Amino acid sequence: MKFRNTAAAAAALIFGATTAAHAATLDDVKRKGEVACVVSTSLAGFAAPDASGRYTGFDVDFCRAVAAAVLGDPNKVKFVPATTKNRFTVLNSGEGDILFRNTTETMSRDADLKLSFLPVNYYDGQGFLIRKSAGIKSATELGGASVCIQTGTTTELNLADFMRTNGIKYDPVPVETNEEALTNYEGGRCDVYTTDASGIAATRTGLDNPSAHVILPEIISKEPLAGAVRHGDDQWADIGKWVVNALINAEELGITQRNVKSKARKSGDNPKVNRLLGTEGGMGAMVGLDDKWAVRAISAVGNYGEIFERHIGKKTPLGLERGLNALWKDGGILYAAPIR
Amino acid sequence: MSEAAHAAMARRNPLARLWNDKESRQVIIQIISFVLIFAFFFMMVRNAVINLEAIGKDISLKFLWQPSSYDINQSLIEYSSRSSHFRAMIVGILNTLLVAVFGIALATILGFLLGISRLSKNWIINKMAYVYIEYVRNVPVLLHILLVHGMIINLLPLPRASLTIGDGAFLNNRGFFVPKPDFEPLFLAVAALFLGGVAFAFWFRKYARMVQDQSGKHYPVFWICLAAVAGVPLLAYFVLGAPITWEIPELQGFNYKGGMVLRPEFIALWLALSIYTAAFIGEIVRAGISAVDWGQNEAASALGITRGRTLHLVVIPQALRIIVPPLTSQYLNLTKNSSLAIAIGYMDIVATIGGISLNQTGREMECMALVLALYLVFSLLISAFMNWYNRRIKLVER
Ligand SMILES: N[C@@H](CCC(=O)N[C@@H](CS)C(=O)NCC(=O)O)C(=O)O
Repeated sequence: MKFRNTAAAAAALIFGATTAAHAATLDDVKRKGEVACVVSTSLAGFAAPDASGRYTGFDVDFCRAVAAAVLGDPNKVKFVPATTKNRFTVLNSGEGDILFRNTTETMSRDADLKLSFLPVNYYDGQGFLIRKSAGIKSATELGGASVCIQTGTTTELNLADFMRTNGIKYDPVPVETNEEALTNYEGGRCDVYTTDASGIAATRTGLDNPSAHVILPEIISKEPLAGAVRHGDDQWADIGKWVVNALINAEELGITQRNVKSKARKSGDNPKVNRLLGTEGGMGAMVGLDDKWAVRAISAVGNYGEIFERHIGKKTPLGLERGLNALWKDGGILYAAPIR
Repeated sequence: MSEAAHAAMARRNPLARLWNDKESRQVIIQIISFVLIFAFFFMMVRNAVINLEAIGKDISLKFLWQPSSYDINQSLIEYSSRSSHFRAMIVGILNTLLVAVFGIALATILGFLLGISRLSKNWIINKMAYVYIEYVRNVPVLLHILLVHGMIINLLPLPRASLTIGDGAFLNNRGFFVPKPDFEPLFLAVAALFLGGVAFAFWFRKYARMVQDQSGKHYPVFWICLAAVAGVPLLAYFVLGAPITWEIPELQGFNYKGGMVLRPEFIALWLALSIYTAAFIGEIVRAGISAVDWGQNEAASALGITRGRTLHLVVIPQALRIIVPPLTSQYLNLTKNSSLAIAIGYMDIVATIGGISLNQTGREMECMALVLALYLVFSLLISAFMNWYNRRIKLVER
């Protein structure tokens, strides 16, 4: 059971070698020859095993980018699937080195749960999925409804707040995974499923008849989804942070999976490109890597836009618009710090 | 080494002498074990503190007084998302106790029926009980829980098509909705009569035994007690014009409103735990009754004691002494198994303080310690009660 996982991770805190937490994660990862990346158990488009059992998805590609930058091989990732409930324990106990798991950055998770968040890789908000036949037009009409929520999420807290401020009585039905939510929602145990809008788009693809369901107009929260590492290892946090920034900057600079190798061959006349691709500036060494770190990451998974379109964009079953997640110069709020 | 060589060595070396002496050796072993165990726990705690410190976390229970910020769907006390984590824990404790008490009651009844059926001379009843026990015992309890829950969710109708039972109870896949009693002042009289009846029943049992000891006269104690405890209050209830009004659940919007509800998660957990534990209790009861020598039955019937009273006065008291100790461990198992509630989202101790609170606050050490301590306390309480009961039904030598 998931409870056992939590217990096991707690036990790791007790028994785990006391030195592990002090050691530089980078050295650890190099010694192990793989990056242990905490991902969702299964969420279409974000992190789910494909037909051949290989993990694929938006979050997964960020794991692979880090592995490519650090170890030179996007396949040197050990995926550690975690529920919403045990993900932080799994990370903090050292079972995972880094986390990309539809996780909202919040103050308490940073300061109290001791996670260092990487730059936001998906700006999201909480939405509601409901059957068309319920005839509901707004989330304020949900009085008396049974609502499926994943435990250990910002979702359940937002929902409690939203229902309270609107004076709505409801029946919360806590579930552990997205799959369990789907079973309960389809079986009619809940009238409504609420989670991040991206998660709803993903869940909808798994429904028998997606068009029989609607997404209510309300988005009741801010959910900046970001990767994270444990507190206490700044170098490792920097690596995660700049890999994400590199992928976003690559899109901004027109560097793609296809052209990155040729652009990296010799320095061109755009110093921004040169610094990112390591033909000048010696940026990689600043985080303990070599100059080609970003080249490897980009050739492994492409730039941010390519990752987005490949897994969750318009042409995928999820069909998500870039929206807020477009680059700042295209009307979104994606704005990565410069590499200099 | 020969005995003589041993003895010679012992004479020379005082330490060896201590070791060779049986009593002092035991003391030494105990001291060593104690030190090792203590060192082990010390190391564990130290390790945990250091590991937590490395990521900048301390150990503190202050979070218990912060607002929990989450809703709980089943609560026996007043609770909202503004209540503290501590209160959420109490809600969880009460929910665990609720399902444990209901589970123990149902499992005991079912278990005794099964045990008696297993001893039945009726072939069909006997074999049905046998098949039930063998099937249920060999399927993990978690599967029972998921199965019952799955059946409730998928086989029962949605609220709009609820099954109506009698005049105001409704069954659908959101739960079992029953009328809620609203007590009028006159009801106090009925309650008082009931309490009086209970007190009378206690006194009367003693009195009847005394009369029987002295004169051999035998009262129908059971029927008189039943009349006092149930009959009189029931009569009064109707004479006073049924001073309870019932709030009937009503379909409104998504679901039934008003009345009381047994949620599917509670029903599933309760039934699954009872069904599962009853199979074990059945075997215990069968073994306990079989263990009473058949000669006792014959002796009783030779004395002209009826079959029913033989069971009641001769067989059951002796069987109970065999049944109670293993029964205790079944009660403990049921209580601990209730923590599997998490699989279907029943909000027990593990789901509240050991689940959502733990996750939202990141206090895994503190929350896990609390959960462990709570289960330990429950187990010790159940054991203590059953030990007390066991002592009470011990054979009293006259
Ligand atoms: N962003 C929220 C919610 C996270 C969440 O509930 N994610 C869901 C759906 S968006 C999920 O990852 N499900 C996949 C799984 O259960 O493994 C948080 O960080 O608390």
